[in-house]
Amino acid sequence: MRNPLSKLVTGIEPSGIRKFFDVVNEMEGAISLGVGEPDFDTPWRIREEGIYTLEKGKTFYTSNAGLKELKEEICKYLERKADVSYDYVHEVVVTVGGSEGIDIALRAMLDPGDEVLIPQPSYVSYLPCTVLAGGVPVVIPLQEKNQFRLTAEELEEAITDKTKVLVLPFPNNPTGAIMTKEDLEPIAKLVEKYDLYVISDEIYSELTYGEKHVSIASLPGMKERTVLINGFSKGFAMTGWRLGYACGPAVIIEQMLKIHQYAIMCAPTNSQYAAIEGLRNCDDEVEEMRQAYNQRRRFLVHEFKRMGLQCFEPFGAFYIFPSIQEFGMTSEEFANAFLQEEKVAVVPGTAFGKCGEGFLRISYAYSLEDLKIALERLERFITKLREQKGK
Amino acid sequence: MREQILKYIEKNSRVNLGELAVLLGTDEVTIANEISDMEKEKIICGYHTLIDWEKAGLDEVTALIEVRVTPQRNQGFERIAERIYNYPEVKSVYLISGAYDYLITLEGKTLLEISKFVAEKLSPIEGVLSTSTHFILRKYKDHGTILVKKEKSERVLVMP
Repeated sequence: MRNPLSKLVTGIEPSGIRKFFDVVNEMEGAISLGVGEPDFDTPWRIREEGIYTLEKGKTFYTSNAGLKELKEEICKYLERKADVSYDYVHEVVVTVGGSEGIDIALRAMLDPGDEVLIPQPSYVSYLPCTVLAGGVPVVIPLQEKNQFRLTAEELEEAITDKTKVLVLPFPNNPTGAIMTKEDLEPIAKLVEKYDLYVISDEIYSELTYGEKHVSIASLPGMKERTVLINGFSKGFAMTGWRLGYACGPAVIIEQMLKIHQYAIMCAPTNSQYAAIEGLRNCDDEVEEMRQAYNQRRRFLVHEFKRMGLQCFEPFGAFYIFPSIQEFGMTSEEFANAFLQEEKVAVVPGTAFGKCGEGFLRISYAYSLEDLKIALERLERFITKLREQKGK
Repeated sequence: MREQILKYIEKNSRVNLGELAVLLGTDEVTIANEISDMEKEKIICGYHTLIDWEKAGLDEVTALIEVRVTPQRNQGFERIAERIYNYPEVKSVYLISGAYDYLITLEGKTLLEISKFVAEKLSPIEGVLSTSTHFILRKYKDHGTILVKKEKSERVLVMP
């Protein structure tokens, strides 16, 4: 029999972390700080709108790019929050989560051999999606000493004459790093200088603490070079609704829409109606969740400092990324031992790229009560490690 | 800062000051001063405990009573309200707009006790025109807290 599989697909390594995840998910009574989604239920008015439109029988396909009303609300929202205006007719496509947006943006933009710059540690899908789109992923390892921001030097060093796209994953999963306007400006200059395009994954844009999120698309000359990816999963606590969007230059969106049309048809109709309510009337709910995350964030930073666990202060998303280098273990060894001994699940930094070695991703999408229990166990665990090391 | 403190302790008055300071990104002294000022200013009027009496097996009967009255010369609605709210079994008294004037929450051990209160104390007050008593059958949500059992979270334990 012939090999039924594509070399391209089989060539992609399955996430090494999968095994660890399977162990965790089968463990009885484990508590977890490993989840990458909000602990809040979707705000009730959004759910209620979903129920209402189901009752009304609004269960047909929408147009490929999404409901006109939703696209209009997305544009108003981006104008209000990100200071960038899009034309809802030609520059927006509603996708199945931000993840689909990343996939189709890469597929619409890459020719075989084109290089895509991917700063890591970062979300797991950029690299395989680049490969599937025929591109060549080039990793930029980010440094803790820069608070895991991308610097102009790091970027320029990685650029070759094959570089076409820069993925900009901020606010960042897993580090919690953000990029301020001052951080973005020199990046934008290089993007122009070397004639690159940017895929800016801003799915955590609602969740910054201190400074408001700045989109690179709002910088002069950048809207023409940026595909902005965002969605409802994180800020609006709508992960299971699978709804996101991509905005960018009409020439790119047009091609993305083509892929979207043939592969997906349209994003879930029910989710689209519900999201309209979210954009129109849920500012307060979103802000309340943000404040709750911020309190937990402060609590964790404070506790880590008290325990003497090295950690830079994150200002975005809902993750904190402490270093465990002092214990002389790999991230995966640490996470495994912590799980076995204290039954707490955290994600090894290496799940997000090799340069995540020596770090753990801890999610604070948990109630303060849960965090307290988990941190007690963490303290007990590291105290024991330090004692063993001292002997 | 005050708003943030109030929002937090409205849901959890037992919080320890040091911890609240960490959560709000300030120091313990600031929090302590603000709280004590707000106690003096009667912005913070008391610290209560939200109890599910039904679960405690000590369930009492609660009734909401609508009361229509004739306001009194020179004193409007205040005088009658005072005569009502001084009873300890009266948990709340609101002056409201609409078809009647006050909405009262009353707690008693039995239905009989409540009807006795309405018949013997409330209705005879001068100026009270009529009352309408509604017994509460079940509390789903009280003080912003949902009392009915919530299903367990279905989030998977880890994901990127």
